Amino acid sequence: MHGDEGLLHFLSIGRPVAAHRPWPRFTVDGKAWRQLVERMDGADWTLLAEWGEQAEVHAALRDEETGDIAVVSRTSPDQRFFAIGQVRPGAIRLERAIRDIWGLRPEGLEDQRPWLDHGRWPIRHPLGRTPQAAAEAPFIYPFLAAEGEGLHQIPVGPVHAGIIEPAHFRFHAQGETVVRLEERLGYVHKGIAAALANKPIDLAGRIVARVSGDSTVAYSLAFARAVEAAVGCEPPPRAHFLRALMAEIERIANHLFDIGAICNDAAFAIMLAHMGRLREKLLGANAALFGHRLCMDRIVPGGVSVDVDDEGIRLLKGVLRSIAKDFHKGTVLYHETPSLKDRTVGTGVVPATLVHRFAAGGFVGRAASRGHDARKSPGYPPYSDLDFVVPVLAEGDVNARIEVRIAEVEASLDLIEQIFLNLPDGPRQVAVPTRAGEGMGIVESFRGEVLVWLRLSETGRVVACHPHDPSWFQWPLLEAAVEGNIVADFPLCNKSFNCSYSGHDL
Amino acid sequence: MIPPIAHFFFRHLIKGPFTLRDPIAPDGNGTVELAAKVGAEARTRLGRSLAIRAVDAGSCNGCELELHAVNNPVYDLERFGIRFVASPRHADVLLVTGPVTVNMAEALKRTYDAAPAPKWVVALGDCGRDGGCFAGTYAVLGGVDTVLPVDLHIPGCPPSPLQILAGLLALLENVSAE
Repeated sequence: MHGDEGLLHFLSIGRPVAAHRPWPRFTVDGKAWRQLVERMDGADWTLLAEWGEQAEVHAALRDEETGDIAVVSRTSPDQRFFAIGQVRPGAIRLERAIRDIWGLRPEGLEDQRPWLDHGRWPIRHPLGRTPQAAAEAPFIYPFLAAEGEGLHQIPVGPVHAGIIEPAHFRFHAQGETVVRLEERLGYVHKGIAAALANKPIDLAGRIVARVSGDSTVAYSLAFARAVEAAVGCEPPPRAHFLRALMAEIERIANHLFDIGAICNDAAFAIMLAHMGRLREKLLGANAALFGHRLCMDRIVPGGVSVDVDDEGIRLLKGVLRSIAKDFHKGTVLYHETPSLKDRTVGTGVVPATLVHRFAAGGFVGRAASRGHDARKSPGYPPYSDLDFVVPVLAEGDVNARIEVRIAEVEASLDLIEQIFLNLPDGPRQVAVPTRAGEGMGIVESFRGEVLVWLRLSETGRVVACHPHDPSWFQWPLLEAAVEGNIVADFPLCNKSFNCSYSGHDL
Repeated sequence: MIPPIAHFFFRHLIKGPFTLRDPIAPDGNGTVELAAKVGAEARTRLGRSLAIRAVDAGSCNGCELELHAVNNPVYDLERFGIRFVASPRHADVLLVTGPVTVNMAEALKRTYDAAPAPKWVVALGDCGRDGGCFAGTYAVLGGVDTVLPVDLHIPGCPPSPLQILAGLLALLENVSAE
């Protein structure tokens, strides 16, 4: 340890940026940035996100002892920066992506292979200061080797045998046992940073809502909170509660589907049918109440775009009551089916040490002893007024990730009851002033912490915006979870992680 | 003790399935787009069955969620003779979602080439038509028709399961109409 110097105290070596809210941002030069990285080696500072701009690298950090959050920006006139990936392995892929998109070179990083850039884009480093001509041919990706007698490779994807997003998985296997799994992502890279640049706030909000479709409410919420922080506006209390209502419904709907789909991958199809039916009830209620089955574009800066009346709340209460009852039947079925638990217990174990090193959130973290939840820290309204427990287990296997989901569904059902009890009257939206500024929003999606950072111009346009998906820190752990398991258990492990491809590839 | 799964079976025996009882009308708009494309030979060959291979060419995963939903017991796509298959070599229809990303274009083309003729391409969702809100970036080619000939388009962001069903039924009616 380097003494008890906190993150904010250390960052006083940098220059504070005036209009960055609600957490401070500091610009530092190359030397101070290097000191920061070296200090991170011994300090309990979590990397929340890292992204680039034309001549700047930003990292969002949290001091786990004090809970302080700050953004550090390294001005990079020489197009390079000292890599955080050397001390935080979760940053390695982020920094490879920063080089691909913005052309800034992460120094000291052992793995210099391109990540999102497959050598197919019409230009290289498309958002950098000096974009370069396209690669002559698509890159041949050198997968990490595993050598030994009887080892063979199994290439899978990018087009998979189900209704799933695309990615390539390269297995090295000995007989049935996976010796090494390596992921290659980036197939659904849509250039979201480029799409967001210079867009009016409402259009940018639509794009951010589609970074990862299953977390659309969480992304819209993070975006709205970032805009509100940047311009300094506070949504009305009723909006906070309606936002939380949509967010908890989204959490339940996704967990229901995940629990069903994981069991389905263990050939227990009745669970998928059962949970699919419950999910359908919930989405039908969403459509009736909010006018969209996934609540896309229903959370907007300043509040929410749709209100609910007493009739709607009555309908939703009825739906949730029947879901709670039938969900309980499903969990009993899960717990009382030994042949199913035989597949999930002890399968795909992620060691707790890795979960902490990569700062993985959501059910991946909570199933292996890392119980962080953005609703508690930093916290945001209305959760400080509500009472809920974040479930944490230690085993880190597929079963633990299912159990965490089950507990979270129950917690969310309870949260929604509290939301109904406390729902205040009043307007659902306030006008958002047009003002320049920088803001950041951190919210808890069903998958983990979603972070959206943005900079607005005086004319109310988005100058730059970065949405960060929790999957960045979970994907690498899947590789560790699969090691030593049989190939046939990969779908089970993969589904129990349910990382976002689109949210990661951007 | 009665095992919990028995409760599920008894309930289904007594009360029947959860599937929607109302008939679903094929989407009229889709049929017009399609009519000219389907030959008589194909109609006789396919009967009333369609095998679909879903390909995500850059989607945000929203369309995939609703594709999963049409497979749930409420919509139960398979009762119409339409089913999702694991390999393009078993498919009559390629159902493509998303704006086609530059990084997925080749994989999409190869999947199409692997499907035996006669074959049809359905573009699902608003992004599949013209790239949606992602159109115009360096990493996106645009709608599905930038890479493949599209026979039917099902709009929506994402299309609801009923819209997807109506679109696919329109395809099936055309394929199997005498």
